[in-house]
Amino acid sequence: MRTIDSTPGGPKPYVTPVPRLWWTASAGYVLFVLREMTCVAVGYFALLTLCQMSALISGPEAYAALQAWLKTPLATLLNVLCLAAVVFHTVTWFNVTPRAVVVRMGGKRLPDSAIIAPNYVGWAVITCLVAWVVLGA
Amino acid sequence: MSETITLEVTRYQPDTDSEPSTKSYEVPLKDDWVVLDALNYVKDELDGSLAFRWSCRMGVCGSCGMMVNGVPVLSCAAFLKNYAPGPIKVEPLRYFPIVRDLCVDLSDFMTKLKKVEPWIVREKEKPVEEGEYLQTPEQLDTFKQFSMCINCTLCYSACPVYGLDEGFIGPAAIALAQRYNMDSRDEGNESRMDTLAQDEGVWGCTFVGECTKVCPKHVDPAGAIQQYKIATTENWFKSLVMPGAGK
Amino acid sequence: MLGGGGAGLRAAIAAAEANPGLDIAIVSKVYPMRSHTVSAEGGSAGVIGEDDSIDEHCYDTISGGDWMSDQDAVEAFVNEAPKELMQMEHWGCPWSRRDDGRVNVRPFGGMKKKRTWFASDKTGFHMLHTLFQTSMRYDSIARYDEWFATKLLVNDGRVQGVVAMELATGEVRAITGKAVVIATGGCGKIFPFTTNANIKNGDGMALAYREGVPLKDMEFVQYHPTGLPFTGILITEAARAEGGLMLNKDGRRYLQDYDLGTPEPQPVLRTMELGPRDRLSQAFEQERLKGNTLEGPYGNYVHLDLRHLGEEKIDSRIPFVRELCLKYQGIDPVTDFVPVRPVVHYGMGGVHTDINGATPIAGLFAAGEAACVSINGANRLGSNSLTELLVFGGRAGNEAAAFAQQNETSEAGVEAQLNDEIARLDGDYFSKSGGTESIANIRNAMRSAMEDGCGIYRTASSLEDAKTRLAELQERFKSVAINDHSKSFNTEATTAIELSTMLDVAETVVASGLNRTESRGAHQRNDFPDRDDEKFLGHSMAIRGADGAPKIDLLPVTITRWPPAERVYGR
Repeated sequence: MRTIDSTPGGPKPYVTPVPRLWWTASAGYVLFVLREMTCVAVGYFALLTLCQMSALISGPEAYAALQAWLKTPLATLLNVLCLAAVVFHTVTWFNVTPRAVVVRMGGKRLPDSAIIAPNYVGWAVITCLVAWVVLGA
Repeated sequence: MSETITLEVTRYQPDTDSEPSTKSYEVPLKDDWVVLDALNYVKDELDGSLAFRWSCRMGVCGSCGMMVNGVPVLSCAAFLKNYAPGPIKVEPLRYFPIVRDLCVDLSDFMTKLKKVEPWIVREKEKPVEEGEYLQTPEQLDTFKQFSMCINCTLCYSACPVYGLDEGFIGPAAIALAQRYNMDSRDEGNESRMDTLAQDEGVWGCTFVGECTKVCPKHVDPAGAIQQYKIATTENWFKSLVMPGAGK
Repeated sequence: MLGGGGAGLRAAIAAAEANPGLDIAIVSKVYPMRSHTVSAEGGSAGVIGEDDSIDEHCYDTISGGDWMSDQDAVEAFVNEAPKELMQMEHWGCPWSRRDDGRVNVRPFGGMKKKRTWFASDKTGFHMLHTLFQTSMRYDSIARYDEWFATKLLVNDGRVQGVVAMELATGEVRAITGKAVVIATGGCGKIFPFTTNANIKNGDGMALAYREGVPLKDMEFVQYHPTGLPFTGILITEAARAEGGLMLNKDGRRYLQDYDLGTPEPQPVLRTMELGPRDRLSQAFEQERLKGNTLEGPYGNYVHLDLRHLGEEKIDSRIPFVRELCLKYQGIDPVTDFVPVRPVVHYGMGGVHTDINGATPIAGLFAAGEAACVSINGANRLGSNSLTELLVFGGRAGNEAAAFAQQNETSEAGVEAQLNDEIARLDGDYFSKSGGTESIANIRNAMRSAMEDGCGIYRTASSLEDAKTRLAELQERFKSVAINDHSKSFNTEATTAIELSTMLDVAETVVASGLNRTESRGAHQRNDFPDRDDEKFLGHSMAIRGADGAPKIDLLPVTITRWPPAERVYGR
């Protein structure tokens, strides 16, 4: 099927330029950009974990040095901020899981809550397990 | 509630204007009026040159999409009283070239619709005399949501990827492709992959999710896209591990 | 194909399949998916049940049409219906299914058996999108989206194409072709309260009428019994098929007082709320005159009661009804009454065609609501018109392809006609100055005249009054004010052009109504309350006279196997 194009030489439509601050146009856009930027915090924690492993391998002094740094106000602030970002990251991604994951049971699609809930449950269980290992032992 | 409300409407006349401008109109603020009723009042009583598209006035033809206070909506479904006391900003759909006033150029969208092969693709077609392809209510349910799209293109106006990259095939086109991919009667998944499994196909989508938010028919195009990403990745992985399988 | 709705798309596909070598164009003033087919809700009828038969569908249609239907056309229609609907299924139409995977059918008004195929309660939407998407497969089909046709090119009794304006640029061109199919829909917008979309202005009908083609049975205007007050939004007949009840202000199922049967708890086919639309709308009007209807800010209304169906049934069978009520009326049919009143919905009349969709002009065909074959007679049964799009759209497309194959191109005088039309559009619209009448005023006055003079019940004096008022408006239209002289997307000019086609069509409705001094189906005369088969078993043929006003002839109805009988429902 072909569509007959506009008569050539006709009036030109106006193309509105997309502003550089397009992402401030709505709350939805702002939240989206924030969510995307939280990957930096995720990267930071991955890097921190690697540093911890490296310090562990290097010996007790290296590990103690790292721990000392972690206790400084700067490091604490950084960790708190990045933790908040990662929690935000986790919550936003958990909440959109139903868009991507469709489960049908008994002829009907499971409601969104049934898809989201296991994520939080799993998160809680793992957190408790880790806490038990770290604090209990 | 006051008697009137002001509309600030984009005007653009390509014969004479080099760029769009805004014109204010005062319209009655009636309880059951929608923005479309107000625009018709302007056209009938105040300024006959105002151009906008509309037809069914019941949210099923998809003609009357426009930006109202910065949000893409169907003007036949946007009740004036929800914007009181106003003023209400009425602009043509974002990310589309403006042809005239509130009318935008939809030719790019129409091309993209065709590109995803939105029809039943089968290797062998059954003669009509042999009756219907059996399809249970559950099978129908798997793609039904994606078949509800009225082509209003509000989702394109909500999608920043489309705004920044005109080549992106867009939410409605992908949702329509998925509608056919998931239809038990269709065998066209592979032929649609060429268009969909591309940078400017599904992989251009960064899951902003605004398309689903503005969709007036709850089609959930964002869902269609992410589901396709997962399905096509699974297929690719299967074909890697078990050549010939996963098709 | 002039028009990109169900009939136009089906015709284009039929022509493309019949002859892949043909160049086919769909010329539409809107993008095809905006066509009014999209609003149809209830379903599309075709015999499929084991307990059903072709003859029964024929009888229901013929009696539903109060014996004005051409029976040879009805037989052809009913025979081809199931095949067309099955073809739609093969093209992907998401028909609602039974548990065993076969297509489901629902009961519908005026039908003795369940034979209405449905796609939830958005059948027209799904059919239109299926046809539109399927049409995109054919490279031989080119589309002229948002091109507005203003004149048929005709020379020596042979059609040559159309003159059309590209809305985006204002350029006026001749689109020539060996055959033309008019599929531009009906003209409900001549009335003030209608389910019809803004685009239903009778364009194609007026174009044909102006070239001397008769408009047939124009006086038969169907009022759908259940429209929402103010907006006129349609509440589908399916709501009654699923068990909805109609109650007057005293909560009484008033239809039992109008020879439509006795009330039963479950819907009984061809009875009460499942009677034919004209009888139900007439019953409302009589209740109103008796003072039994409720009064509202937008006129009188009655209640449609769906509460007993339950939320689950409503959400699965008629979800769109619930959505429309919630959004546009602020009520929930699960818990509240739905206020409804009769609303102009469909025109049984249209461009006169034969059983193959051919008009008296060689190469010119018509199909869909724009045409009148006639299968719908004096009153259309619900769910017959969506099927009509497929059967007669297909027929017209095939015939048009055959005609194009067998005939040479005709281009004699095209350039002269084009230049004349460009001059006319320029003088009367795009460069018009000094006008004093507002488009909106003339349009409102036309609608007012039609409602007052040509409503559910008519008399000689009401019709004469409408005739006079319309004649005045035709005069006033000559001084219509058009201040927008731009070329790109000039919707003030197109709105005025649409008003002119509506005025022409409205005149044929009134003239045909005046001429028919009997009551039949949707045409009810208080001064001639009985059906008169002796004088009026014939179609009104409105032909444009030299002075511009319509003259009415009568064309006998084709009767084959069903001699005229009493039209009975509920007993």
